[in-house]
Amino acid sequence: MPVFEYAPAPESRTVVDIAPSYGLFIDGEFGEAGDGKVFKTLSPSSEEALSEVAQAGAEDVDRAVKAARKAFTAWSALPGSERAKYLFRIARIIQERSRELAVLESLDNGKPIRESRDADLPLVAAHFFYYAGWADKLAYAGYGTDPKPLGVAGQIIPWNFPLLMLAWKIAPALATGNTVVLKPAETTPLSALFFADICRQAGLPKGVVNIITGDGSTGAELVAHPGIDKVAFTGSTEVGKAIARTVAGTKKKVTLELGGKAANIVFDDAPIDQAVEGIIGGIFFNQGHVCCAGSRLLVQESVQDELLDALKRRMGTLRVGDPMDKNTDIGAINSAEQLARIRALADAGEAEGAERWAPECELPSSGYWFAPTLFTGVTQAHRIAREEIFGPVLSVLTFRTPEEAVAKANNTPYGLSAGIWTEKGSRILWMANKLRAGVVWSNTFNKFDPASPFGGYKESGYGREGGRHGLEAYLDV
Amino acid sequence: MPTTVPAYGKEAAERLASMADVTADDRALRRFLHGLPGVDAVGLQARAATLGTRSIKTTAKAYAIDLAISMIDLTTLEGADTPGKVRSLCAKGINPDPTDRTAPQVAAICVYGDMVATAKEALKGSGIHVAAVATAFPSGRAALPVKLADTRDAVAAGADEIDMVIDRGAFLSGRYLDVFEEIRQVKDACVREDGTAAHLKVIFETGELQTYDNVRHASWLAMLAGADFIKTSTGKVAVNATPPVTLVLLEAVRDFRAAVGVQVGVKPAGGIRTSKDAIKYLVMVNETLGGEWLSPDWFRFGASSLLNDLLMQRQKLSTGRYSGPDYVTVD
Repeated sequence: MPVFEYAPAPESRTVVDIAPSYGLFIDGEFGEAGDGKVFKTLSPSSEEALSEVAQAGAEDVDRAVKAARKAFTAWSALPGSERAKYLFRIARIIQERSRELAVLESLDNGKPIRESRDADLPLVAAHFFYYAGWADKLAYAGYGTDPKPLGVAGQIIPWNFPLLMLAWKIAPALATGNTVVLKPAETTPLSALFFADICRQAGLPKGVVNIITGDGSTGAELVAHPGIDKVAFTGSTEVGKAIARTVAGTKKKVTLELGGKAANIVFDDAPIDQAVEGIIGGIFFNQGHVCCAGSRLLVQESVQDELLDALKRRMGTLRVGDPMDKNTDIGAINSAEQLARIRALADAGEAEGAERWAPECELPSSGYWFAPTLFTGVTQAHRIAREEIFGPVLSVLTFRTPEEAVAKANNTPYGLSAGIWTEKGSRILWMANKLRAGVVWSNTFNKFDPASPFGGYKESGYGREGGRHGLEAYLDV
Repeated sequence: MPTTVPAYGKEAAERLASMADVTADDRALRRFLHGLPGVDAVGLQARAATLGTRSIKTTAKAYAIDLAISMIDLTTLEGADTPGKVRSLCAKGINPDPTDRTAPQVAAICVYGDMVATAKEALKGSGIHVAAVATAFPSGRAALPVKLADTRDAVAAGADEIDMVIDRGAFLSGRYLDVFEEIRQVKDACVREDGTAAHLKVIFETGELQTYDNVRHASWLAMLAGADFIKTSTGKVAVNATPPVTLVLLEAVRDFRAAVGVQVGVKPAGGIRTSKDAIKYLVMVNETLGGEWLSPDWFRFGASSLLNDLLMQRQKLSTGRYSGPDYVTVD
């Protein structure tokens, strides 16, 4: 039988110039942290240190917030059409530098270049373009004729989509006239620092965007700082709860985009081949590091065998390995810590009696790797059906009737997203009304668009990002 | 009715016969076809597009180019075809690159029925098949006896493969059983005097079937009727083979083998002109069906101008330079 082996097709690293160290971006200038502390950021696929970045302390956070406060007066007073010009300029620079940014993101995050190139960067630019378009039309957004910005936004973003989450946070904040202090995740700070450079390239006034790097303690300082008017956080439910406690009783507004344990529901009349693709994309996109990942597959009993055969066959064609290879489908797990968490939960699945399956695949010897994994025989009582794994691990459950599918899908502390696969339109509408999830995809999964609001029910957080709804979070309404 | 000699063996023929109840009457056949999983157009197109982004370089590219050449049904289907034109096409099929004898030969030469004898003679000893289009190609608008006579003519003249077109009018009006019967009778007409049979490729003209669901239904219909190959198009209409349509065919042959145990080949035709396109199709075969279909026995390209682009890419890989159209033969 002939074998069609794809020769390696590595993207060039030379398109991105990573400095040996980076400071904090405050008031339009890069500078060291007050106490000179630094930490390293690693490439998850090789464990190689890429650069050193500053660890911002309380004093640095204070400086950043003050710079944002000072810039707010002039920035918020600009006509919307003027703010739009800056945002359009930023969007265009992102497009021009997209190859460089995609390579950088893959190096720092471990995600395959085809995803950073084909999914992340186009969406990043699209978000800036979209909110640039809103900047001079806020009077028509449905929040009164002259909605006002909140002031200084303290924003904390996760490591799964570093630049995209930055865009989701910064674009609407600036369009509505707020200024920001943003803290990227400690394992993926580089693209935010490159974005700081893009702000300078775009001539954005000093202090409108401030980027401070650091770990959870920096984030906690930012959230607690009395000088901010709004907290926007995307990350784990645990940290989200801590943030909610911190801001409780203050005047700060808060939006939280937290975890998820989405149900991907496949009925027996589903377009099977496309459902399989949707399941694959739903859980293995970005190594499963997606808060709205379809990590619970609910399949109608009558097509279980057929679907699982097709799914396993398809999983066998996934290519795991070097994120810089253009043919890689699944890259590296973002950190040793995350890998340990995925392993622990997968082991728990096995210990609790679910059946584990993974296609044969060779994993690189250095870096953090986890093969795409499938668990069958999972019940609602298993930990792997309840806890967010945030990795390439799919739990398969079955159902017999639409009512049972709804009950199982909703039986989770989370409610970020869900997917329905059926050829019957009326069932899609009926299900979508019953499912307690912020986004319900039908016959597709993991589709994002700047015009579409995104956010959760229950422990998946509150507030919406994206679309016209996303403006509300940054306006005094 | 003469008995069909299946190319795929007795056991498979028995399994196919066990599916007879789904073709018992029009209603049973329609129920069966409409009971197949639907095709979501958006998802299908997205998948085909994703497969098209595989980056095929160096050794993989060299392998793919040679494989693609060996899968070509080098085709001339013009009213103006002459024996001379067919003979020169045959010579090219045998020896595609006069400057490089390591270039593989093509799979078949595809001609109109009246050119079969000429092609057969010109290809003698080469192992290259002669494929003939039959059944009132390309419209398929003729009485069944005419179509069958057309087929028998080509087979008698020595055709190794018959490319038939289905009656799209009957298909679109829901007369599935008529289409089924027609394919079966053409299949029977492919039987030679010695009991062996020409391979039957069934052309759907997917551009006219419009929906992907129709393409899937047509695929199963043809396979149930005994098609050895299923083929997208004639190359004579505005929309011919596309990656999503071909993907539906690939999924159908995969599912058919899983269900019935019979392996069927796939042939996209029309509009595939560049090496880059051809390689995208091979990637699609590789990742949908695997190595078992990566051979001229199970996958073909219906093309005329593709060969030259493959040859130019092949020369580029071996010399490091692009040559140009004057360094490959015109026909």
